[in-house]
Amino acid sequence: MPGRPQAYALRLRPSSPLPAPVSYTARPVQKFLETLLNGVSVGSLYALVALGYTMVYGVLRFINFAHGDIFMLGAWVSLAVARALSWAAPDANPPWYAAIVLLLTSMAICATLGFLVERFAYRPLRKAPRLNVLITAIGVSLFIQNFAQLEWVFGVNTGTMPRVLPDVELFSITCGPPPDPAEPEVYPKVSIYLIDTLILVTSISLMLALQWLVYGTKLGLGMRAVSHDTTTAALMGVPVDRVISITFIIGSALAAAAGFFFALKYPTIQQPAGATWVLLGLKAFVAAVVGGIGNMRGAMVGGVIIGLLEWFGAAYFSPQLRDVYVFVLLIVVLLVKPSGLFGSTVPEKV
Amino acid sequence: MSDLTLHPAPLTLGETLRRSLLAPLIGLALAFVIHRFIVPLLNPLHASLALDIGVNIILAVSLTIVNGFTGQFSIGHAGFMAIGAFTAAGVTYYGSVMLFGSEAFAGGILSAAEAGDATGFFTSGDLLFLAGCLLGGLIAGVAGFAVGLPSLRLRGDYLAIVTLGFGEIVRSLLEQSPDQLLLPSDPAARAAQIEHIRDVGFPTLLIHSGGAIGFGRVPAYASHFWVYGFVALTILVAFRLKASSHGRAMLAIRENEVAAASMGVPITRYKVTAFVIAACLAGIAGALYAHQVRLIPDQFGFQRSFDILIMVVLGGLGSISGSVIAAIIITLLPEILRSPPPLWPVMLVIIAVLFIVRGRRAIRAAIVLAAVAIVWEIVRWVVGDLSPYRMILFALALIVMMILRPQGLLGLREVWDKWIDRRRAAKVEAAA
Repeated sequence: MPGRPQAYALRLRPSSPLPAPVSYTARPVQKFLETLLNGVSVGSLYALVALGYTMVYGVLRFINFAHGDIFMLGAWVSLAVARALSWAAPDANPPWYAAIVLLLTSMAICATLGFLVERFAYRPLRKAPRLNVLITAIGVSLFIQNFAQLEWVFGVNTGTMPRVLPDVELFSITCGPPPDPAEPEVYPKVSIYLIDTLILVTSISLMLALQWLVYGTKLGLGMRAVSHDTTTAALMGVPVDRVISITFIIGSALAAAAGFFFALKYPTIQQPAGATWVLLGLKAFVAAVVGGIGNMRGAMVGGVIIGLLEWFGAAYFSPQLRDVYVFVLLIVVLLVKPSGLFGSTVPEKV
Repeated sequence: MSDLTLHPAPLTLGETLRRSLLAPLIGLALAFVIHRFIVPLLNPLHASLALDIGVNIILAVSLTIVNGFTGQFSIGHAGFMAIGAFTAAGVTYYGSVMLFGSEAFAGGILSAAEAGDATGFFTSGDLLFLAGCLLGGLIAGVAGFAVGLPSLRLRGDYLAIVTLGFGEIVRSLLEQSPDQLLLPSDPAARAAQIEHIRDVGFPTLLIHSGGAIGFGRVPAYASHFWVYGFVALTILVAFRLKASSHGRAMLAIRENEVAAASMGVPITRYKVTAFVIAACLAGIAGALYAHQVRLIPDQFGFQRSFDILIMVVLGGLGSISGSVIAAIIITLLPEILRSPPPLWPVMLVIIAVLFIVRGRRAIRAAIVLAAVAIVWEIVRWVVGDLSPYRMILFALALIVMMILRPQGLLGLREVWDKWIDRRRAAKVEAAA
C-alpha cells in the first residue's frame, strides 16, 4: 500500500514467534489496548505451562526442565498430526472440527510422553539428591530437543501451522476518528480475533477444571497430601506413584494445549531445538517462580504478569530486550521475596 | 615429627618461591614444548582441535570449582565466557588499531601459529593480547561477583535458573551492542577511521562489540602456547584450591550447607569466591576462544553452558582429572562419530591387558567390553554417520549416569587416587 500510512493497517497475526510489535504512530489508547491484548493472551499461555512446572514442583520439589520441551512438542505434534491428516497443505480446507482434533491428539500424545519421562527418568531417582534429579531433567530436555530435531522426526526446518481456525474478527474497539479524510470508513481500531478469545476461554476453563480437580476431588486430595508430605501420605494409603504419574500427565497435557494455541497464534513454528522454545519454557518457569512455585493460583497470575511485562516492555521501551525484562524480574523476585507472590517459605533442615 | 607441629616454621623466601613458581613454570615450559615441537607435526585440523580441547578443559575445570567443589549449580557459564571473549577481542582489536594502526597480527614466536610469521619472541602485540585475556578474566570475575551475591539467598535449583537467566541477559545485551568500528580498505577512509577510533578512547570502544553480526577480524593470538599455558595454570589453581583449607570449606558446603555453617564455615564468602574464580577462568577461556576463531558471533547461548555442564557431570562432580578427561572426550566425540572407527582392536587390547593383570577375575568385564564392541560394530554398520546422534547420546549418558552412578565417572576422586591409596596402605603395612 504505497503512500498510505501503515499505522492503521494493523493485523496482529505476526508470522514469527514474538516479533517486534509494529512501530506505529497510532493513538496511545490503541497502542495500549493492542499491547494489553497480546500480553494477556500470551500470558495465559505462559500460565498454562507454568501450571505444569508448579504442579511438579509441588509434588516432587524439583524443576522439571523438560517441561518447556513438552510445550514445544505440543506445537510440533499438532503440526505433524495436521500433516498426517493432510490439513497442512496450502490449499487444504480443514473441516470445522480440525482444531479440536489437533488439540486433543496433541494433548494425548504429550501426556503419554510426560508419563514416560516420569516413569523412566525421574522415578528411579525418587530418593536421590535434588541436584541429581535436576541434572537428569536437563538430560531429558536435551534428549527431547535433539531427538525431535532428527531428520526423520521433525527435522531442523521451521514448520508452518495450517489455519485450522477461521480468521474471524469477533469484535473491535474503535479508538478515535478516521485519520485519513480520504477514507472516512477506516477507523483506528483494536480487533479481537477468534484465536485470542479462544486462547483466553480455553486457558481459563482448563485452569478452573484443574482448580476443581485439585481442591474438589479425591485425586486432588491425594496430590495435596503428597505435596505436603510424601512419606506420611504413603502411610495414609495414598498411592504416591500413581498420583505423581497423574500430575505429570496433567501438566504435560496443559503444556501441549499451550503449545497448540501458541502455534495457532504464531503459525511459523521454530525448529525443535531452537532457542525460542527454550526461552519460552524458561519464561513460563519464571512465571511459576514469580507467582510462588508450588502454588497454582500463583502460576496463573505469574503467567499473566510475565506476558504483560514482556509486551509492555517491548512496546514502550525496547523490543529487543524482552527476554531481559523477564529475567531481571526473576532475579528481583528471588532477591526480594524468594517464595514468590503467593508462595510460603519452608525452612531448610539438616 | 616436624609434620605434626601445629605451627610450622615460616618458610624461607627461596622455599616460598620454589613452591609457588616451580609448578607454573613447568606448566608453561610444557605448553611451549607442545607449541613449538608437537603441534608442527599435526595437520591443521588436529591442531585446531587441540586448541578447542584446551579451551574446553579450562571451561570444564573452572565450572568444577562451582558445581563440583562448592555444590552450587551454575548453568550460565557461557555468559562469563562471552564477557571475557568480547572484552579481550575489544582490547586486542582496538588496541592494535590504536597502537599499530592496523588490526593485523603483531605477535612473536609464542603466539604465531607458524614460526615463520613471528618477528620476535615476545612482542608488544603479545603483551596487548595478554592484557586482553587478563582484563577479560577480570571483568568476567566482577560479573561472577554480581551473580554470586544472589546465590547467598538461593538454593540449588533457583540458583540454576538465575545463572541461566544471567547467561541469557548477557547474550541479549551483547546482541544490542553498537556496530564494530571496522577499518575500510580505502587508505584515506582508513586513516580517518583510525583517527576516529583513537578519539573515541578505550572504555567506550569496548561497547562497540558488533551486536548481532558479531565481532570480526580478531587477531589470531591464541596459539597452543597460550591456550595450554592457561590450561596448566587453571588446573594448578584448581588443584591447589582443592587441597587448601579454602577448598575443604567449599567441599563442606557442598556436602551439607547447614552443617558447614554451624561448624563456622562462612558460607556466603566461599560461594562467592568460587563463583568469582570460576567466572574469571571462564572469561580467560572466552578470551582465548575469541582469538582462536577470530570472529565471535552469538555462540554463547545456554547450549554452550549445557555442553560445559555435561563435561563436568560426566567427569565427576569435583574431580579435576575427571573433567579434563571428559572435556577431551566430548570435544573429540563429534569428530569420532562423523566417521566411527572400529572399536574392537582397542577392546581386544584392553581385554588382553585385563586378563594379564587380573587373571580369571576379568571375565565379567571382558564380556561387557566384548558386548560393547559388538553393539558398536552393528551400529557402525547400520547407521554410518553418527554425528547427528551426538547430543542424544550425551543426553542419554547424562540420564543413565545420574541413575546408575550419580557421582559421575570419577566422583570426587582423581584418576590416580587409587594408586596413592595403595602406596599409603603399603607404607602403613611396612611400618607395622
